[in-house]
Amino acid sequence: MSDMKPRSDSTPASPERRRFVGAATATAAGLAIAPGVMLYEVAHGRAEEQAASSAVRWGMLVDATKCASGCNDCVSACSTENGWTPVAESRHPKQAPQWIRKLELQDPLTQMETNLPMLCQHCAEPPCVDVCPTGASFKRADGIVLVNRHTCIGCRYCMMACPYKARSLVHEPLNDTQKPDVPRGIGCVEACTFCVQKVDRGDGNTACAEACTAAGHNALLFGDMNDPESEISRRLRELPTKQVRADLNLNLGVRYHGI
Amino acid sequence: MKRLLALGAVVLATTALAWAGSEAQPRAGGESKPWITKAEQCVEPTDYMRRNHMKVLNHHRDETVIEGIRTKKYSLKECINCHASEKTGSVAAAKDDFCVSCHSYAAVKIDCFDCHSTKPQGSMAMHPLNAETAHYKHKLAAQATSKVSAEEMAGVAQ
Repeated sequence: MSDMKPRSDSTPASPERRRFVGAATATAAGLAIAPGVMLYEVAHGRAEEQAASSAVRWGMLVDATKCASGCNDCVSACSTENGWTPVAESRHPKQAPQWIRKLELQDPLTQMETNLPMLCQHCAEPPCVDVCPTGASFKRADGIVLVNRHTCIGCRYCMMACPYKARSLVHEPLNDTQKPDVPRGIGCVEACTFCVQKVDRGDGNTACAEACTAAGHNALLFGDMNDPESEISRRLRELPTKQVRADLNLNLGVRYHGI
Repeated sequence: MKRLLALGAVVLATTALAWAGSEAQPRAGGESKPWITKAEQCVEPTDYMRRNHMKVLNHHRDETVIEGIRTKKYSLKECINCHASEKTGSVAAAKDDFCVSCHSYAAVKIDCFDCHSTKPQGSMAMHPLNAETAHYKHKLAAQATSKVSAEEMAGVAQ
């Protein structure tokens, strides 16, 4: 790289040249450090060989005042990203897995309507983890509550224990319709994973929050609640927020504004 | 980068085809031969992988699920990216597909694919030699650069 002359501003940018320079840089960066340690992998988020850290706590802020009535974009984005069949298309809608659902609430006294998505609240003290007889239900170091399907026996204690009805059991064989990034299967309990495959890739956002932003509602904000500089921490400092069933004292990872 | 990879892939694919043509994948009666469709070279020697693939996969599985470590070596997804059959696009759809070819011979039922997809991600991954996810991507890139750089340099000089 050092023997190359810096491109002067008068030189027209040749795509050929640009591609070559880019490739050479990437190759040099890719080979530089050590096997398994690549510069371009360190560049975003945590390195792939690095474990999730408790220095991070992933969380979500739901602004129910911005959540639009009749909009289902977060739900369909989740279904597309994670490969679960939308409930309306399921042959057995009553038992169909559902990782996130839209709720429309009405105050019986004032008739005020509130819209909000309900998903796994990623509790710091998750009841599903407390009751799991095999240790399959667990909380990852960065606060994401997951099911290890290799040890899940499908007993559904966690579904009973969850105050938010956030978990579902897969009742039927999926016949190889799973996404390569999101293994899921018959006889196992599952729930929202905060798009753990995207988080580990370094995207730093979930499919539902991306869809909400794309639709222009900006009702969902995902981020690191442990980082005081993050957008979510800043907004949580400013806005009055509530935890659903705060009386249970579970320290939720999903906070609601406007409920 | 893409072009370099593609050129490298062509060179390697030609070699691989020549190799496949000469050997014609013998499948004698005495021993099961896994139907190797793609990979030039696995992450470990074949003998080791035959005996120990579940050991490395199980270890990697726990690291990935519980700790979120997603290195590509020993990742089931990378196995599938390389070994998916050209015909079915899967490692376990037909009897000849990579995983099933041995396991049906040994009469072992595999339940990995009750949950895991048997197909690689996207169409690119069907051809691991130019797949962006291939675990030896960096090696290919290195080879490609040394072979193609003169040609590329000519392009730059114009």
